[in-house]
This record gives sequence, C-alpha cells and structure tokens, in this order.
Amino acid sequence: MITIEAKNVNCYFGDFHVLKNISFDVDKNNVVALIGPSGCGKSTFLRLFNRMNDHMEGVKIGGEILIDNMNIYDTSVCVEDLRKKVGMVFNMPNPFPKSIFENIAFGLKIKGYRDKAFIENRVVELLEMVSLWNEVKSKLKKPASVLNLGQQQRLCLARALSVEPEILLMDEPSAMLDPISTAKIEEIIHELKPFYTIVIVTHSMHQAARISDKTAFFNLGELVEFDTTTTIFTNPKNLITQNYITGRYG
Amino acid sequence: MRLLEHELLALRKDLIEMWKLVNSQVINATEAIMSFNQDIAQKVVVRERKVDAFELKIDSACEHILALYHPLANDLRFVLAVMKINSNLERIADFAYGISKIMIAHPSIIIDAEVISDSRFNLMSKELVKMLNQALESFDSEMTDKASSIFFEDTLIDEINNQAPEIITHYLQLNPDRIFDCLQLIGIFRKMERIGDHCSNIAEEIIFYIEAKVIKHSQQDNDDQS
Repeated sequence: MITIEAKNVNCYFGDFHVLKNISFDVDKNNVVALIGPSGCGKSTFLRLFNRMNDHMEGVKIGGEILIDNMNIYDTSVCVEDLRKKVGMVFNMPNPFPKSIFENIAFGLKIKGYRDKAFIENRVVELLEMVSLWNEVKSKLKKPASVLNLGQQQRLCLARALSVEPEILLMDEPSAMLDPISTAKIEEIIHELKPFYTIVIVTHSMHQAARISDKTAFFNLGELVEFDTTTTIFTNPKNLITQNYITGRYG
Repeated sequence: MRLLEHELLALRKDLIEMWKLVNSQVINATEAIMSFNQDIAQKVVVRERKVDAFELKIDSACEHILALYHPLANDLRFVLAVMKINSNLERIADFAYGISKIMIAHPSIIIDAEVISDSRFNLMSKELVKMLNQALESFDSEMTDKASSIFFEDTLIDEINNQAPEIITHYLQLNPDRIFDCLQLIGIFRKMERIGDHCSNIAEEIIFYIEAKVIKHSQQDNDDQS
C-alpha cells in the first residue's frame, strides 16, 4: 500500500532547478533512506512532504505529491493538519525552551488533549518509546537544555510522535550524535517501523544500509537510482551510484 | 587514490602472488609423481609454509579492510570473494603438499607408466593447471567467461577420477604385488579430484565478485537433475 507518491516533481529556488522530474513512492510502514552528496536535493525533497519549503524565497514546485492519495499541494489542504500527519526530526536537536515534560505535553495539547492524567501517562509512554524514560524520570521539570545532544534528539523524536503522525521525516537525525546515541536512534527507528512510514536523509551509507528497506540515490537534483537497500549497497545498477557508495565519487 | 583503493590493490597483488605460488605447487606435485622425483616433491613440502603464510596475511588484510573501511557494493564483493578464494587456494596447496608427502614417505613407490597413461593422469594434471590459470586470468581481467568454463572442465576431472579405480583394478589383477602402490595412486587421484572441486569453488567466487550472481550449489543442482 503506497503512502507517499511523488509524480514528476520539480522544484526551483528562483532560477536554480533543485529537483528535476522526480517520481518516487513509499509503501506504508517502510523505511526509505535518501542518500547523495551535499547539495543534491535530498533534504529539499524530504521537506516537500510536509511543505517545509513553502516559505523559501522564490520557491516553485511542479508535479504532484500525494499522501494517502491526497495532493498535499492542493489549495484545500490545511498545512497545520498535514504537519500533524507528517512529523519531522531535524539534524540539530531543537527542543523548546521548556521543561522536558512540557516539550512533549505541548504536542499533546496541540493535538487537543486536555485531560491532565492522560497527558501525564502519554508523556511517560512517549519517553519510553524513545528509550528516554529511565534517563529523565527524575528530572521531568528540568529544562530540556540540561540533556545531552543524544537525549535532546530523542526528546524531539518523542515530541514529533506526540501529535500522532503517520509519517516521520528525519533529516540526518544522528548527524550531531556520538555512536552510542546514533545506535539508540537507529534502534528506535527499527522499533517504530511497524507503526510509521519513515523517510530519512542520511550521509552515513552504513546507517542507510542498516535501517532502511529502500534507498534512493540523488545526484545533482536527479533521482539516479531507487531500489531495495540490499540491491543499492551490494549491486547497484548505475555506475554513479556505485561510485558514490564506494567513495569514488567526485 | 583513496586509502581503500590502495588497500584493495595491495590485497589483489598478494592474492595473485599466492595464486601463482599455488599453481606452481600443483605443477610440481604432479610432476613429482610422473617423474618419481623426490627433489621436486621436497620443494613442494618446503614451500607449503610460504602458502600458509600468504593465507594468514591475506586473511588479516581482509579483516583489516572490513573493520576499518566498511567496503560496499563491488568493493565488498571483492573482499568477500578474496577471503573465500584465499581459503580455497590454501586447500589446493594442502592437496599438492599431500601428494608430495606420499612421494617422500614412500620413496620406493613405483607407478607403472602404463597405468599412468591409461588412467589419464597426465591429462588430469594438465587440466587442473589449466583450470587454475583460467581462474586467475578471469579474476585478474574481471571477465567471467573463463571462470564459467571451469565448471565444464571440472566434469572431465570427475570423469577421470571416476574411471581411475576400474583401470587401476584391472592393472592390479595383472600385477597383484603392486597393491600398496596402487592404493597410493587412488589416494592421489582423490586429492586431484578435490583440487578440481576447489577450482570450481573459486570460479563461483569470481562470478559473484564480478557479476554479483550467487551460483553456489546451482552446479550441484544441475548435476543432480541430469
């Protein structure tokens, strides 16, 4: 069952043609990794799925992006509702300047929950989902800034999950993290997979190979190759893909 | 050039050097049998340690590359193939050593030229050396056609090995006093047949490396069906 479908997507920032005629689809509960050299357009492509590029200066988007068969660029679409459905985690952890508890409760309140007991229980559940509960249970009222970067990133992930998205976009979620925190993020992605569709941008070939079902290789704004992760990392069909993943690119 | 490419080039060079050494071990071991030459057999025994040293060096280099460079795609297939080819070459050298040890342990052994000729021992030796050379050329040139033909050639090796006991039995009926020598000869045929099997294993690894195709056991399945 297809969750995300991109049809002949083009994207311009002013005169710069960032994405060139990309067609691509993601099945429900799949993890798809977007890889490619810096500036190839993979993050721009990711940000199209929750319309994060809308406010970029001079942006022009062509083609269609369907999520559950709905064109998300249709004028009738409410962007706020779309972003509840399509959550996002960024490369730099960006917790709110609030307590650890409030960072997650905030999302629940946006979602419309008001019952205090429910919110407290749900905060615990979400912290457990991201393997953070045991580390923060004694300091829930402390500001999120007391946490280390790895913990902050997991908090942001819990916050993204608090609005009950169906799709999770991750833009280099472990770029700033040490190997232990990176491994935790990867374990969480693995545990979330049965419940969410995940699209992740990563520069780590091995991370893409470990966590994703399919991998898309972008180069100079084009989708060069999109196939199962096993195929991409053992026997890519395109020489440019092979050169990139074996480090012979450029 | 990237660091990984340096490492892969050095690994390729070492494997090819070992391959040539193993080729010469097989040539010398079979020559020692055909010419009853103890000196040649001794040369094989002495050089066996060099083969073992190569095996350890190549294994270690593969571990080093896997641990430090995490190769992917064709690089990964290359390292995995080299690890298995290395192991197969070492086993081939072990059989060449075993054949030579028979010559050294039993210097009075006499194998009649007639039985050598009738059992096609000479042809088997030449085919084995040819298979090893073809495999090496295929690996070095990254062309699989020569590797693919090794499977067919191995069937000839199997055929010679299967027919040898009958020919040797017939010879024994005429020369019953040569039972010990003939038992040794059957052991040598068996070792040579195993060398052919290892050549086929190497060919499978070459095809895996170059074409990313796993054909392991498919030859066995074909044989079973036919």
